[in-house]
Amino acid sequence: MMTSGSPAAGGSLRHAFGGVLSFFILVLIGVLAFSIRLFSVIKYESVIHEFDPYFNYRVTQFLTKKGIYDFWNWFDDRTWYPLGRVIGGTVYPGLTLTAGTMWWLANSLNIPLSVETVCVFTAPIFSAFASWAAYLLTKEVKGPGAGLTAAALLAMVPSYISRSVAGSYDNEAVAIFALVNTFYLYVKTLNTGSLFYATLNAISYFYMVCSWGGYTFIINLIPMHVLLCIVTGRYSSRLYIAYAPLVVLGTLLAALVPVVGFNAVMTSEHFASFLVFIILHVVALVHYIKGILSPRMFKVAVTLVLSVGIVLCFAAVAILIAVVAASPTKGWSGRSLSLLDPTYASKYIPIIASVSEHQPPTWPSYFMDINVLAFLVPAGIIACFLPLSDASSFAVLYIVTSVYFSGVMVRLMLVLAPAACIMSGIALSEAFGALTGSIKFQLLASSDPQDNAGDATPVSVLPENGKAKIDKAEETTKERGPSKKNKKKEKDVVEKASVSHRPENRRAEKKLRALPIESSVMGILLLVLLGAFYVIHCVWAAAEAYSAPSIVLTSRTHDGLHVFDDFREAYAWLSHNTEVDDKVASCYRRQQYLEQHTYCNCWYAMSSPEKAAWEIFNSLDVKYVFVIFGGLVGYPSDDINKFLWMVRIGGGVFPHIKEPDYLRDGNYRIDSMATPTMLNSLMYKLSYYRFVETDGKGFDRVRRTEIGKKNFKLTHFEEVFTTHHWMVRIYKLKTPRNRIRGKAKKSKSKATTSSGSTISPKTKKNPWQ
Amino acid sequence: MSAPPSSSPLVLLLVTLVTLISYPFFAAAASPSLPPPRGMKILVLLDDIAVKSSHSLYFSSLSSRGYDLDFKLSDDPSASLRHYSHYLYDGLVLFCPSTERFGGSIDQAAILDFVDSGHDLIIAADVNASDLIKEIATECGVDFDEDPSAMVVDHLSHAVSEYEGDHTLIVANNFIQADIILGNKKIEAPVLFQGIGHSINPANSLVFKVLSASPAAYSANPNAKLSSPPSLSGSTISLVSVMQARNNARVLISGSLSMFSNRFFRSSVQQYGATIRHQKAGNEQFLTEISKWIFHERGHLQAVNVRHNKAGEVDEPAMYRINDDLEYSVEIYEWSGTSWEPYVANDVQVQFYMMSPYVLKTLSADKKGVFSTNFKVPDVYGVFQFKVEYQKLGYTGLSLSKQIPVRPFRHNEYERFIPTAYPYYGAAFSMMAGFFLFTFVHLYNK
Repeated sequence: MMTSGSPAAGGSLRHAFGGVLSFFILVLIGVLAFSIRLFSVIKYESVIHEFDPYFNYRVTQFLTKKGIYDFWNWFDDRTWYPLGRVIGGTVYPGLTLTAGTMWWLANSLNIPLSVETVCVFTAPIFSAFASWAAYLLTKEVKGPGAGLTAAALLAMVPSYISRSVAGSYDNEAVAIFALVNTFYLYVKTLNTGSLFYATLNAISYFYMVCSWGGYTFIINLIPMHVLLCIVTGRYSSRLYIAYAPLVVLGTLLAALVPVVGFNAVMTSEHFASFLVFIILHVVALVHYIKGILSPRMFKVAVTLVLSVGIVLCFAAVAILIAVVAASPTKGWSGRSLSLLDPTYASKYIPIIASVSEHQPPTWPSYFMDINVLAFLVPAGIIACFLPLSDASSFAVLYIVTSVYFSGVMVRLMLVLAPAACIMSGIALSEAFGALTGSIKFQLLASSDPQDNAGDATPVSVLPENGKAKIDKAEETTKERGPSKKNKKKEKDVVEKASVSHRPENRRAEKKLRALPIESSVMGILLLVLLGAFYVIHCVWAAAEAYSAPSIVLTSRTHDGLHVFDDFREAYAWLSHNTEVDDKVASCYRRQQYLEQHTYCNCWYAMSSPEKAAWEIFNSLDVKYVFVIFGGLVGYPSDDINKFLWMVRIGGGVFPHIKEPDYLRDGNYRIDSMATPTMLNSLMYKLSYYRFVETDGKGFDRVRRTEIGKKNFKLTHFEEVFTTHHWMVRIYKLKTPRNRIRGKAKKSKSKATTSSGSTISPKTKKNPWQ
Repeated sequence: MSAPPSSSPLVLLLVTLVTLISYPFFAAAASPSLPPPRGMKILVLLDDIAVKSSHSLYFSSLSSRGYDLDFKLSDDPSASLRHYSHYLYDGLVLFCPSTERFGGSIDQAAILDFVDSGHDLIIAADVNASDLIKEIATECGVDFDEDPSAMVVDHLSHAVSEYEGDHTLIVANNFIQADIILGNKKIEAPVLFQGIGHSINPANSLVFKVLSASPAAYSANPNAKLSSPPSLSGSTISLVSVMQARNNARVLISGSLSMFSNRFFRSSVQQYGATIRHQKAGNEQFLTEISKWIFHERGHLQAVNVRHNKAGEVDEPAMYRINDDLEYSVEIYEWSGTSWEPYVANDVQVQFYMMSPYVLKTLSADKKGVFSTNFKVPDVYGVFQFKVEYQKLGYTGLSLSKQIPVRPFRHNEYERFIPTAYPYYGAAFSMMAGFFLFTFVHLYNK
């Protein structure tokens, strides 16, 4: 990988030197990418963050213990109770298999790493790989200088860091590498026309399919590019080699992944690739026929084929429309539809919309996640058009589509990040190239115009060095520039700095570069400053914003750092105090922590009143209910804030749950103005039970209001555990009463009698068994 | 919850040892060597020590069945039901209707705890019963007439007695139709009753009337003029009720203490207007039989050896696959008072349950206590439960559940070659052959 960094037209010592230098730069970029993601380990501890990663970790443990076949066929009866989950058929196995292989490799080399260690460090390792893949891709687009800059940018882009810090063991950790790598191999094939790379491309695509559902982005983007090439008259045999094997092999391989299976040929996400596949063949056929026929004969053939073809086309399109229209979602999965129509999910599928990652991002999040790259991207796009090649048109298409998708779903910022890095890398590299080139040109023009043997290394290496070495390089330019000049060699290098296989008008370029030397130096300084701000922002984001494992929370106040370890406190309580087969109901994606417990998501039960909820839980055999509550410490992502989503989801299944019942004049509130339905819902009760005892008023620090109903009792649930900061509250379902009271005297007991009598006596265990 | 002696580890060990040693010798016997459901120690609380002799027939019928009766006055300061968490008695008889306050550590809450931890209770109230006794009865789901001087009066079915006009000594033969509670032998003679009536909430599934009054009965003060309609009347009046709590503790509530007395046991009875005169009232038979039920000599079921396995196999799997054939069996025994006998019934059902029963099958009994069935696992995977919910009048409830996951097919358990797919196999292979031929021709046909 490294050696390929050296310019192809090597031979001279200088080029070898450039190759070695870029090799070391790439190694350093890898180290940077790895080490910038270690803040979480250093600041906290080597733990796996969040909730999905825990599930992935559990799956990996199973894989390392039981082997791949048992993993494939694993039916997990502890998650998604009572339906269970067929793990092998519902997870993307790429991440797990990767980590499992790394663990196996380390262990067979007698490096006794634990599975957890491997899982924690998978994401940083793969982010280094992703940087290198970005280098390769950008090198194919705009040369090694742009490649190195792009790799350096990608190594520390905050958007990517947010999903790949050490401990963030999620699909995206390996998927971004796979994504960029697939694009690289596609562009490489497009540039070389080599069947070898085409095969590698299909395999890389397979790895991507294994890793992440985002593979549909690839299988739509590449056909779009192929179509673009065909439409703009860029069809070539290289294009055919790059695309046809990918579709055939890639689809076959994708169908091997259990979670994809027949989706690879049956859902609309993949139809575009097949359509373009057909179009490509038609175009290839036309080209072939054009080659063997005379122009006049060709014209006749065209009219003949067109008239027949149009009829056939109409028939085919009609069939296709009929087939697609017959399926309920028009053949598109809900998540994909929400990409095309951003309002789709919120209208029809609340369970998808409820995930905060699926919301559209806000403008500040662009600045937070890609920082200065947002301003460099347009420059990069312009650079890609000077001149437009197959490869650079692909890069443009990539950035345009990913910008759109990131605007729909905040999670897809992650797809945008590599594209933005590549574009910015190109922009920076071109800018440096132009500025240093003009400095050189000016110095050349000011000194005597005689031909000297010029050491043009600075020019070629400068963009590769990236901003870190700019100052030094600038010096060398000043020192060495005037000393030795060789026009011919300089021209060679200039040519290399731009795309190697696309010669340009050298005169025009020189004129373009002919900036005054002061403004060039100033421009370089400003660019370096921009880069420095980017680095500072990235390190800050990595250290402060994205490294906190969400199972341990910290907050800084005037009296120091507070650590909230309530989640683990609660899980420890559960593991010590409940039986192996007890079911714990939690309401929001938190089911993965403890292996020995069964969890279920009872969205709708939470929005019901207490008694109805008790019956629902009881029918599901649930013994404990687990509530996240942030009102005491101000932890915003608690269950009350997510409650509205539960209501929406519940309303989708049980029409008697209506969202307006929980809203007062369209506002979601829990204070004294809240609706009775809201105040009587189980979620409200479980969250605020005894809350008034803490400060006497019941002031909720998340919602910044006093709660509406303060003193109430629970009849069907009892509180068994509340953590130190009240962030996790665990309730136990009461068993039905042993006796049913008569109604005499205590008129108050009448209600309990009648309610009690409807409780089925099932759950009480026979004491003699 | 279980009887105190058997809960001590030593006894448990002994029982286990006996079981182990005796097993080879008695393997053929149907009854398993399980401990009896109840111990034999009973505390009797009286508010007058004379009751011990005036009701001696009832007590002797209990002690002749092996019960160890401990008589105490209800205000005895040494009276206590439990020693720390250890219950001293297995049953409690409250023959103290007028007691306002118990002695020692006993109070209303202690008695209810006693019941809630699985012990049995007999309550006899009477005219002018104290609020305490009535409140305990209310907690068990029985509402006595609130008028303290009210009695059950029946102008039609009262006993012929020496005091003409006393219609409070009533004869009742309106028994519950359940042999398991009252024994197989039909109670021929009616039961003499003199006391207060109570009612139960029909929605309450735990309490039922064992002896109810005739339709002509009503509850009122017999010495006062009836100014307003009686609050209780007709056959809604229950004279004797039983309650079986969800933990199978059994409680007998009677509105009359005197019906347990020797006088009523021995007295002959003739219903007003009837021609037959029974030599002996039905009280003894009725109360003896019902005390057998109360103290779990009858109607106590025990399920053991829940087993399930794939058809043709013996071992219990950790997980089933969809469409497996499986066999399920459970052994159910009934306590006969002296030994565990095989339970015989044809209405025990098993559910294969995941949120709702996917399979509901009646188990077939083999008269040796083994109930078994076999069925096919549904074509749905998930976490299922074998559930037996057996609630039958007069029997203790059986509620068994055993969790078992059902998995889908493994990747290599599907059919390898499907007949309908042979055209596709053919297409694939002919394509390969054709491509090979084409390459051959294309390369060498020059």
